[in-house]
Amino acid sequence: MDRRELLIRAAAPVAFTIALFLVWEAICRALAVPLTILPAPSDIFDALWRYRAPIVDNSWVTLWTTLAGFLIATAFGLVLGIAVGWHRALYAGIYPVLVGFNSIPKVAVVPVLILWFGLGEIPAVLTAFLISFFPIVVNVATGLATTEPELEDVLRALGASKLDIMRKVGIPRSLPYFFGSLKVAITLAFVGAVVSETVGANKGIGKLMLDAQAAFQVPIVFAGLLVLAVLGIALYAATAMIEARFTGWAFRGQANR
Amino acid sequence: MAYGRGAAAVKAIEEVSLAIRQGEFIAVVGPSGCGKSSLMRLISGLHPPLAGTLTVEGQRVSGPLKSVGMAFQNSNLLPWRRAIDNVLLPLEIVEPHRRTFRRNKEQYKSKARALLESVGLAGFTEKYPWELSGGMQQRTSICRALIHEPEILMLDEPFGALDAFTREELWCALRDLQAERRVTVMLVTHDLREAVFLADTVYVMSSRPGRIVRRREVGIPRPRDLEVVYSQHFQDIVHELRGLIGGRH
Repeated sequence: MDRRELLIRAAAPVAFTIALFLVWEAICRALAVPLTILPAPSDIFDALWRYRAPIVDNSWVTLWTTLAGFLIATAFGLVLGIAVGWHRALYAGIYPVLVGFNSIPKVAVVPVLILWFGLGEIPAVLTAFLISFFPIVVNVATGLATTEPELEDVLRALGASKLDIMRKVGIPRSLPYFFGSLKVAITLAFVGAVVSETVGANKGIGKLMLDAQAAFQVPIVFAGLLVLAVLGIALYAATAMIEARFTGWAFRGQANR
Repeated sequence: MAYGRGAAAVKAIEEVSLAIRQGEFIAVVGPSGCGKSSLMRLISGLHPPLAGTLTVEGQRVSGPLKSVGMAFQNSNLLPWRRAIDNVLLPLEIVEPHRRTFRRNKEQYKSKARALLESVGLAGFTEKYPWELSGGMQQRTSICRALIHEPEILMLDEPFGALDAFTREELWCALRDLQAERRVTVMLVTHDLREAVFLADTVYVMSSRPGRIVRRREVGIPRPRDLEVVYSQHFQDIVHELRGLIGGRH
């Protein structure tokens, strides 16, 4: 029964994707849609194969800038989240500023970053970081702030310091929130890196797509989109696996209740 | 002790004086909202008194007492720790165990295991809280409150969320634990049968402001069998205490 369940889970998305591509192909052929409007999947895969060298090259750049930005965001978000969750004064002071900063569209920041650091990978890394650290901060702070007061009483009655309570209860308790936010953050970091590349860069999938668009190479644009989708899924899956590995207790607990 | 400020302040407790002997089991009963839990927070030093002083063993209490073990209605076990690691938690915090915890971990572990076994949890020590029933979780919670050998064990309606049969089982577990270790216990409850069955002395509190209206020695000889709750003498005490609490009928 478990194997059947597994088969359904693995096979269903694959079957659905293939079906989607087939319908797409059929529509393009039946209506004779011009290549410059909507290329058929066969054209896209053809472009993907033909231009595989530059595509792999640029994907690599996008991947590492995303990961670099994401790692910085993780470290920064964790530290800031603990700080914000630690004390109410810090929360009151920092939180509104964070919300304000987060509401600035990051596309608008990219030109400034390019001005400061020049065209290259650094603006992409920084955009990925800036766009993705906010959910981590919010989640870690929420996890810390929602520690049960009775549990805190148990520990305080033992003479536990604030630091003890954080170490023994607060931080382990907020780990599911933290890992949950990583799934959101990795997706955002990816968006940040690609956005930065499309505004101004000399490498990356975003840049490749921009160039292809300028040259009316629409199949390459779509090939770029396809690569982005695959990379996005891979990054999300990797983070979800890390989450399941470290906070299994949170999910098993729910499954048994 | 009061909650709130100014005219709107609610006085939770007024002029309460309790004397607990070493090794005594006392129970505090009263209607809901009479300040039983506040009294417990006061004694454990979690909440400073507004006026007057609080002395425990002749010492003025100004901060949390280290020699207190607490358990609540909700077991509050940490879901990412196995039962035994939950029990070990206080030892990671309280001095002097804290300093020697890493070095003597095996020794502490066998102590925790023995404690869990004494409340009937042999074979469940390596389980996670969600793998335990409500009664087992509560037993674990009480073990956690006892592992560091506190001077006083404070229980705030520890069996309130359990079904009647499990509750009686745990009464007996607590009775045996207390008899064996001679630990001083303060039990806050609204279950009069529970109070009379377990305690040497029952204090009855009235509400708003909470004050103690009666101190009643139970006087039923120990060891007490669960059968005792069906005796006429037991019923009489419960009836008498019920009369003191009042309420509409």
